Amino acid sequence: TLKDGTNWEQNEEIPRLPGETRVTDKDVIYMCPFNGPVKGRVYITNYRLYLRSVENDPVVILNVPLGVISRIEKMGGASSRGENSYGLDITCKDMRNLRFALKQEGHSRRDIFEVLTKYAFPQSHNLPFFAFLNEEKFPENGWMVYNPMSEYRRQGLPNERWRVTFINEHYGLCDTYPSLLVVPYNATDEDLKKVAAFRSRNRIPVLSWIHPETQAVIMRCSQPLVGMNILFLTELLNLNLFGQTFYHFCLFPSQMTNSFLATGGGYEGEDAYPNAELFFLDIHNIHVMRESLKKLKDIVYPNVEESHWLSSLESTHWLEHIKLVLTGAIQVADKVSSGRSSVLVHCSDGWDRTAQLTSLAMLMLDSYYRTIEGFEVLVQKEWISFGHKFASRIGHGDKNHADADRSPIFLQFIDCVWQMSKQFPTAFEFNEQFLITILDHLYSCRFGTFLYNSEFLREKEKVTEKTLSLWSLINSEKSKYTNPFYSKELNRALYPVASMRHLELWVNYYIRWNPRIRQQQPNPVEQRYMELLALRDDYIRRLEELQITNNSKISNSSASSASPSQMVSQVQTHF
Amino acid sequence: EIHIKEPIEKEVNPRLLPGELLLCEASTVYKYLQEDGSNRGTYGKLVCTNFKISFLDDDSTSDDNEPQFKNKIVGENDITLQCVDQIYGVYDEKKKLLTGQLRKYPEKLIIYCKDLRVFNFCLRYTKEEEVKRIVSGIVHHSQTPKLLKRLFLFSYASAAPNNTGGRNQTVMFETLEDWRDELQRTKGNVKYKAVTTNEGYRVSEKLPLYFVVPICISEESILKYEGRGIPIWCWSCHNGAALLKMSAFPKEQDDSTSQMQKAFLDGIYKTISKPPYEILKLDDLSSSLPSLQDIQTAYTRFKQLFLIDNSTDFWATDVKWFSLLESTNWLEIIRRVLKKAIEVAECLEIQHTNVLLIEESATDLCCVISSLVQVMMDSYSRTKSGFQSLIQKEWVIGGHGFLDRCNHLHKSEKEEAPVFLLLLNCVWQLVQQYPPAFEFTETYLTVLSDSLYVPIFSTFFFNSQHQRDTNKSGESLKTQSGPFRFLTVWDWAVQFDSKAQAFLNNPLYAEKPKPDKSQRKTARFKHQRQLSLPLTQAKPCTKRGFFREETDHLIKNILGKRIGKFINSSDEPPNSLREFYDSWHSKPVDYHGLLLPRIDGPEIKVWAQRYLRWIPEAQLHGGGTIATAAKILDLMEEVQSLQVKMDEEHSQAVSGDVHSVPMLRNSARLSSLFPFALLQRQSVKPALPTSTWKDLEDEDDLVKRDDEFVDLSGDML
Repeated sequence: TLKDGTNWEQNEEIPRLPGETRVTDKDVIYMCPFNGPVKGRVYITNYRLYLRSVENDPVVILNVPLGVISRIEKMGGASSRGENSYGLDITCKDMRNLRFALKQEGHSRRDIFEVLTKYAFPQSHNLPFFAFLNEEKFPENGWMVYNPMSEYRRQGLPNERWRVTFINEHYGLCDTYPSLLVVPYNATDEDLKKVAAFRSRNRIPVLSWIHPETQAVIMRCSQPLVGMNILFLTELLNLNLFGQTFYHFCLFPSQMTNSFLATGGGYEGEDAYPNAELFFLDIHNIHVMRESLKKLKDIVYPNVEESHWLSSLESTHWLEHIKLVLTGAIQVADKVSSGRSSVLVHCSDGWDRTAQLTSLAMLMLDSYYRTIEGFEVLVQKEWISFGHKFASRIGHGDKNHADADRSPIFLQFIDCVWQMSKQFPTAFEFNEQFLITILDHLYSCRFGTFLYNSEFLREKEKVTEKTLSLWSLINSEKSKYTNPFYSKELNRALYPVASMRHLELWVNYYIRWNPRIRQQQPNPVEQRYMELLALRDDYIRRLEELQITNNSKISNSSASSASPSQMVSQVQTHF
Repeated sequence: EIHIKEPIEKEVNPRLLPGELLLCEASTVYKYLQEDGSNRGTYGKLVCTNFKISFLDDDSTSDDNEPQFKNKIVGENDITLQCVDQIYGVYDEKKKLLTGQLRKYPEKLIIYCKDLRVFNFCLRYTKEEEVKRIVSGIVHHSQTPKLLKRLFLFSYASAAPNNTGGRNQTVMFETLEDWRDELQRTKGNVKYKAVTTNEGYRVSEKLPLYFVVPICISEESILKYEGRGIPIWCWSCHNGAALLKMSAFPKEQDDSTSQMQKAFLDGIYKTISKPPYEILKLDDLSSSLPSLQDIQTAYTRFKQLFLIDNSTDFWATDVKWFSLLESTNWLEIIRRVLKKAIEVAECLEIQHTNVLLIEESATDLCCVISSLVQVMMDSYSRTKSGFQSLIQKEWVIGGHGFLDRCNHLHKSEKEEAPVFLLLLNCVWQLVQQYPPAFEFTETYLTVLSDSLYVPIFSTFFFNSQHQRDTNKSGESLKTQSGPFRFLTVWDWAVQFDSKAQAFLNNPLYAEKPKPDKSQRKTARFKHQRQLSLPLTQAKPCTKRGFFREETDHLIKNILGKRIGKFINSSDEPPNSLREFYDSWHSKPVDYHGLLLPRIDGPEIKVWAQRYLRWIPEAQLHGGGTIATAAKILDLMEEVQSLQVKMDEEHSQAVSGDVHSVPMLRNSARLSSLFPFALLQRQSVKPALPTSTWKDLEDEDDLVKRDDEFVDLSGDML
């Protein structure tokens, strides 16, 4: 069994998951951008594209889940001249392109092009996602990780100010929200319905997180429709009863409010809420982010821009966007924690920038979310259940590569998390591999976790019954995703420094295909630490043995008999 | 809330070193805390001695907060006169550079230090005559030209008690034996010899008393042009190939002289290109690397990015940070120097050729490249004593002009260039890329760079061994003062107590295994490296990697400069350098073997500890690499104490309890700037950028679009 749970079938050259079936294979030349053309054989299954080079030294292997493919193009024609000019050009969602050259005789690429297109874009061909065919078995069941009721209970909810409502049980109030919502105690279901009418797509303000001490809350919603301010006061009345200043974070750039007002969008005017303060966080929209990532790919793939690396990096604006998202989240977290005020976060629909901000602020404020399971809960809650449109943003199984709905919003969130873990290397239970694995399966379609746009749709498609959860894979092999330096710290707000001096390009993710820029694996610092841990455990074990034998030898020494257990427990609490 | 405490009238006296004299002072000076834009600060006395400028806090009773890492010579509020970079006076909110004579005295004094600290003193509450005295005193003593003998070094050496300091294993290269030992260590003694020709400095005052040349070089040739045109040995590689340096002839107007010099050089090249000597490759560093002027300009711009007055400046420069960094060119210079060192290493290791570095004086870039090559190729240079010996060999005794390059005497700015700092910056890149390979830490490199400006050590305060020797005798002073006994910077106990010195040692360093074992290992290792080139080397594709166009150029450069008749023209595949680099990086790293820096764009980083350490905005509470380092240190101590307990159990001794105080208590809350953070801010307030978004002009149409983009045309189809 390989590390990623893939089984190699005997006498077969390619790895296969249970439920994975082979479709076709062909001799090709892989145009490796780093080592030049590589002769090999490509195998296509209903899950992956797998290439193995003919030459064994060095052996070149490509193992690409079809889900990462964004676009397949034919290059060259039957009459094209020049070596290796006829073949396929594959653009991937994970920062690489693949190019295969084929023999020109006999339309050899037609079959492979058709097979690839069909299985890479099953949704466009009325085929199911591989997740529905996957027959893997895991000891852990990842679908059990998130239970909204127990997560709210963990936060101490419901309480005298907040109640749980089932008004959306059948997604009647809002079809992009989860069925279970936490709302102000005084707001009746009738109030909620009224409020919903004035929020874009009925995404009413609901609670995301409550501070265990100050009781300040983070709420999320969509932007208000125009002309609703007066009625909207009702929902706010309930909040003002708490006597806290109320902050409003509007995530789009302030200069854009006019255009929003003109097109039917509105924002929470300060005059509407006497106790509220309004912030604009200048975070740009999904289209800007998509273009930024495109530019980033241009400078890192296939080769790293050399002569003006820093200014090229700057010109992509990617880290600048990361900085702004982090800055916004810090502000939200700071208001809730030190300012002891509640905040309401929204962008236009409340499922992109809003999710980034609330989840990052929660990660800063609540150390539970910095554990492996806690982070899974966070993603499950703030992103998946609150309707981040994964299907549209990623384009799972959809051939329309130019769809303007696609955008790397979730990637950007994971990047922010990585930046935080880089700045605080002992604060997170999970390691970099955990984040990379999440991103890999964001595209792979091997698990049901990120499929579809909302809980409503996932329920309709019976995702939890028919597919596996990514968390099953991860939680079944936790040690692989665990950061050895993690020290548990409760109730400590963790503020990253959102300065370019500290933000770095995540080389191990964005430039991981380049063999020239490879981080040492395993990380030598981590390795040394693990060695020391093993050494310590060994000493403790031997010491215990020694003490047992010594104690049996000297029965009258009371002093030394007390020491072993004392010492051991001290050591254990230390970690 | 502004905390301006009422000044307390209290006599605080500066702590003076032997030989240190108080020159002037001013009281009721208000020192702003750097950490925020507010006017918070403390009152105190500002003094200037012949060694330092010092601020004495009136309220300095709070010694309970004793930092774990403290310099015994230069305190938190001390600035040695050599450490002062620039002084500005503030007049009616306007900053003016203070250099010589002053007509008007400022309300505020801003002192920028070479170790990148920034001090802000307010003089508004100080008596006028005291302001005059302190300002002109500080400007005079730190900014105007000085005689060598007026350096504090001499007062200290004559007044300090005769303590020779603790023994350390650094080889000083002051004796013939030291050179012979080095030859033996590197097995260079078959083809190279240490010579005494320069005794009495009869060859040159620039050359060290003893040095090493090829055996076949005669004494006459050394003497002929004051050592110019003579290949001087730096180091021998395990395969016998040697790294040499040579001081070039200056451009001659006179044709016959240059003809003679050319003939002389040809003779030399001929002699040392014959067997047993390897093929010789020349590299003229003055044309293949940036000039000293370029280096100075780049560093001047670079350091400016870190001399930040306040929080607003910090955030204002943050948006454009990467392009600002790039525009200084400093990181690019580091990259080019590292690349040059890789080229030299490739010639020595793979091509088995000798490399002769040429430079006008052979004491600047030659020192950088030869040191760097040795750090990369000789794991001894990655130990603390090995590195210190290397600095002695190539720099201190090798004759790098520290006095002029650091402009310690303010004689001429034209000579100033941060050549030694460039080396430390390059070594730092290696240290952070391969943490287990070095016995010392980045903190060691940082304090070493700080020591450049501490004039109680002779190490960095002379231009040559000759200059030091002649000034050591004290002949120009009264005879009874006798020869001065200078301290060496390698005696770290002078600056740091043992607890602080622990931060200079790398807990990740894995010592080299036993010699007999390692020899076999390195032999195998060598073999691996040579056979490790990928067999399927494809034709060069459209690489934009770092050797792209330069490889050919480099090879041509080297070829062109080789002496035609000695070339074995069949060697050198054009991309051998590229192969060397790629194949080395495709193998697991042997931390005791050859080490090549990664030099692609994203790999060259800013030495954050040195450059960001005084900037509170850049501080991560409980974060940074120190967080993991602290955990490792804690664990190591635990393992050690367990070891002690084991021994006790074995010996059945009922001894007292073991005292092992974890070095870094509560490590989770350490500042990432540790051990340098000035004040551990207790505030949990996050640092919030104050800058605003800059326009995305080219993407204006995108910016204005809604997230929910509905493509109607698609629906209609």
